[in-house]
Amino acid sequence: MKKSSLPVRTAAVFGLLVLAFGAMLALNVRTGSLSIAPEQVFRILLHGGSDGTPAGNVIWKIRLPRLLAAAVLGGALSVSGFLLQAFFRNPIAGPYVLGISSGAKMLVGVTMVFVLRHFAGMPFWAVMAASFAGSLLVTGFVLLFARRVRSMSVLLVIGIMVGSICTAVTDFFITFADEANVANLHSWSMGSFSAVSWQNLRIVSAVILVSLWGAFLLSKPISAYQLGENYARSMGVNVKAFRVALIALSSLLSASVTALSGPISFVGVAVPHMSKLLFGTAKPAVIIPGSFLLGGVFCMGCDLIARTAFSPSELAISTVTAVFGAPVVIALMLGRQRGRDHG
Amino acid sequence: MADEYIFSAAGLAVGYRGRAVLRDIDVRLRRGQILTLIGPNGAGKSTILKTVTRQLSAIAGTVYIGREELSGLGQAALAKTMAVVLTERVQPEMMTCYDVAAMGRYPYTGRFGTLSAADHAIVRAALRRVRAEEIAGQDFTRVSDGQRQRVLLARALCQEPEILILDEPTSFLDIRHKIDLLDILLEESRSRRLTVILSLHEIDLAEKISDLVMCVTGEGVTRVGTPEEVFSDDAIAALYGLDSGSYLVKRGSVELARVEGAPQVFVVGGAGCGLPHYRALQKRRLPFAAGILFENDLEFEVARALAAKVISQTAFTPISVQAVRAARETLLQCRAVLDAGAPKGPLNAANDALVALAQAHGIKVIHHAEELD
Repeated sequence: MKKSSLPVRTAAVFGLLVLAFGAMLALNVRTGSLSIAPEQVFRILLHGGSDGTPAGNVIWKIRLPRLLAAAVLGGALSVSGFLLQAFFRNPIAGPYVLGISSGAKMLVGVTMVFVLRHFAGMPFWAVMAASFAGSLLVTGFVLLFARRVRSMSVLLVIGIMVGSICTAVTDFFITFADEANVANLHSWSMGSFSAVSWQNLRIVSAVILVSLWGAFLLSKPISAYQLGENYARSMGVNVKAFRVALIALSSLLSASVTALSGPISFVGVAVPHMSKLLFGTAKPAVIIPGSFLLGGVFCMGCDLIARTAFSPSELAISTVTAVFGAPVVIALMLGRQRGRDHG
Repeated sequence: MADEYIFSAAGLAVGYRGRAVLRDIDVRLRRGQILTLIGPNGAGKSTILKTVTRQLSAIAGTVYIGREELSGLGQAALAKTMAVVLTERVQPEMMTCYDVAAMGRYPYTGRFGTLSAADHAIVRAALRRVRAEEIAGQDFTRVSDGQRQRVLLARALCQEPEILILDEPTSFLDIRHKIDLLDILLEESRSRRLTVILSLHEIDLAEKISDLVMCVTGEGVTRVGTPEEVFSDDAIAALYGLDSGSYLVKRGSVELARVEGAPQVFVVGGAGCGLPHYRALQKRRLPFAAGILFENDLEFEVARALAAKVISQTAFTPISVQAVRAARETLLQCRAVLDAGAPKGPLNAANDALVALAQAHGIKVIHHAEELD
């Protein structure tokens, strides 16, 4: 029966994902404008830090932080998307699609413009805080309109509109910012894993891992919530607290990503959907860790393409994720439409 | 002996945003009883059910589960006592019917909701009790409405509740699935002493399944009582504001409005033979008279609901001279007499005489309404 084959499939897919994750790490760390032999990569990694050689510097100061950022942030975005989908009970929800990333970007941008006018720099925790506040702000806004919307397309439209408003506000403030800061802001707001420092990566990773654990602890109520708010409540879910936790965690996750690398498109929608197809289930206890791994693989792959496709020029990461992610969104909408026609 | 009652509401007022829609609801249920809420749409049946399941808070009054106040129960404790089947559409992603039913174990499983062997046994038993074993492995969104409703019922049973609450569980179901579902509820309430509160649109079914019936109208809860106490033709007509059609309690049938006017056809019926002809004439919008019917006749209630005029005779007594006279007068005004072909006997010989009278007066005697077309 189907029941007995499920754990086998789950284990097999997890095994595959771990392998793919490892392969992506290996591939990414040795690919780039400076080609480094595998055994040398290995030696440098074992060294535990840059050994002073150019290859060592490239690996430890450029490739590794960027690579790990792609892995962790990709995972975080995916889980954030999954949590939003659970919240809205709508597979089209995601931090980028709903304009939440744009909201984070707006608040970071606005804060930066003001802070940089008076101070030399903006500490990373402040960027994080602004990003989180922006995420919450937009989520609240979307909720205001979309609380009772079950239709995917309406939610999508609301998200796009809210996102556009945020982008407009960001642009408005950038117009009045100093030239030097604009360049900084602009490259950040395009979305990139390139400017990642070890220290910031550590902060963000810590936040993400804690949130991930929190999300995993929510997997039981998330699955109950799939049957609807009232059924969930009747089974003992504290719906109010649960909803607050969902929003807080998904905002923390996506805000961390936006703070470190700017908005990245479509990962949050595409990866959870692909994981569900891979695992053949939507059980949160499987999909949360599964999406994290797959999100890491997906973003490392996209970053590899962003770095190498038109080397030496680099693509923005969102350019690549959109190419792979947007079709998934379209497929989702069409699939749902077809399902409705049949039902 | 308050603890005899598993569910009671005292002076309950329900409504939205502090405004009461219904007041002074008093009802008490013993373990294993079935209470059915009937009444027109929008009267507040769902509001009552939402209040007793704590989706809405009570405006006034108290609901007791056993001896405890509903409002004082913890969420987990409530989930182990009360389960629900709601009207809202459930569309879980990639869940089999088994998964949906198993979700009912929620209050009993650990932090990650892992099912033990005992939990699996309970889920399988629940699916068997609702006769949904064979669809256990199918995707929940792909099964029929009737099957889906049974799986949701299995989910509720997995919660091992003492009280089960169902909001219009039979809407959207065909007649076979309606009967199946109510049969399962009756079985659960009798064999496991599960207390059931549900709302129904089908008054005929409500009468057959309920121990207690609550009539809910927009003006307030009109009556609570046993089906025998509550069901009378007039009470049902009043409850639903029926001024055209009617509901016949003894037959459990709904009849459309009678066609008013001077009778054009006289139906000579009896022993139920007139039934199809009454309906045929009603569909042709022809006012008709019926007679002479004994008041215990199978078709008497329907004739009374549909005929413009009924000439009847008290049950178990010979047809009186007055009845014959009244029948003759009415018959002579009609343009046709429909002989329904009822069995003849010494007690209804007067009916044969009526047909003969028609022939003597040159009134057309027919056997089917089509002959008038």
